[in-house]
Amino acid sequence: MKPPPFEYYNPTTVDEALSLLAEHGYDAKPLAGGQSLIPIMNFRLAQPAVLVDLNNISELSYIQPDEGGGLRLGAMTRHHQVEHDPLIAERAPLIFEAMPMIATSQIRSRGTFGGSIAHADPSAELVAVSVALGGRFRLRSQSGEREAAASEFFLGMFATLLEPQELLVEATFPAMPARTGWALMEVARRPHDFALVGVAAVLSLDDQDRCQDTRIVFLSVGDGPVTAHHAAEVLRGQAPTPELMRAAAETAAADDIDPSSDIHASAAYRRHLVKVLTRQALELAFERAKL
Amino acid sequence: MSDLYQLSITVNDTEYQRAIEPRILLSDFLRHDLDLTGTHVGCEHGVCGACTVLFDGHPIRSCLMFAVQADGHHIQTVEGLGSPDNLHVIQKAFWDAHGVQCGFCTPGILMTLVPFLENNPDPDEAAIRQAISGNLCRCTGYQNIAEAVKLAAESMRT
Ligand SMILES: Cc1cc2nc3c(=O)[nH]c(=O)nc-3n(C[C@H](O)[C@H](O)[C@H](O)COP(=O)(O)OP(=O)(O)OC[C@H]3O[C@@H](n4cnc5c(N)ncnc54)[C@H](O)[C@@H]3O)c2cc1C
Ligand code: FES
Ligand code: FES
Repeated sequence: MKPPPFEYYNPTTVDEALSLLAEHGYDAKPLAGGQSLIPIMNFRLAQPAVLVDLNNISELSYIQPDEGGGLRLGAMTRHHQVEHDPLIAERAPLIFEAMPMIATSQIRSRGTFGGSIAHADPSAELVAVSVALGGRFRLRSQSGEREAAASEFFLGMFATLLEPQELLVEATFPAMPARTGWALMEVARRPHDFALVGVAAVLSLDDQDRCQDTRIVFLSVGDGPVTAHHAAEVLRGQAPTPELMRAAAETAAADDIDPSSDIHASAAYRRHLVKVLTRQALELAFERAKL
Repeated sequence: MSDLYQLSITVNDTEYQRAIEPRILLSDFLRHDLDLTGTHVGCEHGVCGACTVLFDGHPIRSCLMFAVQADGHHIQTVEGLGSPDNLHVIQKAFWDAHGVQCGFCTPGILMTLVPFLENNPDPDEAAIRQAISGNLCRCTGYQNIAEAVKLAAESMRT
């Protein structure tokens, strides 16, 4: 269980990294925290001929406020930095709450925000959370830059819009509107394990306590982040009474997901968890939105 | 074989220069190139925690980093903690509270605890269990490890 040989490059600027990726194309992979890529290489499930290490590119590591009340995160910002950052706690509390659920402290020391997004594991908290928060990603290659909404970026199991010669350079999150509540609920064997099922909910109320906008996104129930459109429709324009939130949760479990069975949980159990967790998440998000 | 990479790394305050292949994991580099076999290797995919060392003060999995990435950085391993006749406070507490059976998991747990106890001088049981939850132990059932951490925290405070 040792990684196969590869050529190693250690650029210090984004431009340098992009020119290496352009040169080596499909043979190359960027190396961020390595907390997903290196285990995969140790198992020889991936054998990239070239690794472009991003760890010495300091311009990719930052957490900054934007003028609109949102924030911007450089792709190489590490999980443990995000976990302790007061600006994240203030402006993106859903991200803040997700951090301790992501692996153990030793893995959060190295793992990065951008790596988690680019890897697109359907069980990754930050993937679901980014969609629920209406995040956007900046992608750059030698030929230019483009932006994608989180809701369009994830294409399936470990698949995204990223081209081999492209880097994810930044994630941005808009300010949460007033009277918005959030919740992240999951069931995992241990708090930091990959969840059997998780749900991120963001709920905005109008001035009469009716649901103006609801985003419910699941992790670990499909090939990517799964958005509960039917459940959101149940809540739209309505006062979120306990009965209505229960109905929305039931709709989510029945109509919004198509989970599969694996060694960790059966499809039926996942469906059950979706129902319970969605209701709990909506209740908490509603409580927080009212404050 | 790919090209050798010239590496300069500080481990337990000693600087080492070596020429290595980029694919060498930090865990293997410590054990095979530097003969620092206190760092153990269990799973090589980040799950067991036996290979935990400090990288610039932060706990990391040395099986999930290439040694070339540690070029210019500081690593601390269990060998830098104490010696048989001069145990570190945490090692002493593991001895006194019987927190060690076969000892395979112990170096990883000790290295996890060094920064944890620095930042949490008076942790409760739940915080302790959370802190060591990334380190598997097949022998102790964790009870005496948790006791040892409490004892260590107490000794470090006084
Ligand atoms: C034991 C264990 C438990 C874990 N538990 C969880 C968990 O519960 N929840 C969770 O969310 N994660 C978990 N993880 C994964 C962890 O969060 C990883 O850090 C993360 O998935 C990948 O981030 P990384 O920075 O390590 O990326 P890497 O492993 O370096 O890269 C991952 C992939 O993304 C590509 N990539 C990385 N950065 C970029 C970029 N900027 N642009 C383009 N491509 C890029 C790489 O080429 C590679 O293909 C766990 C990992 C381990 C080992
Ligand atoms: S050997 Fe590194 S975590 Fe198991
Ligand atoms: S003492 Fe044997 S594995 Fe922990």
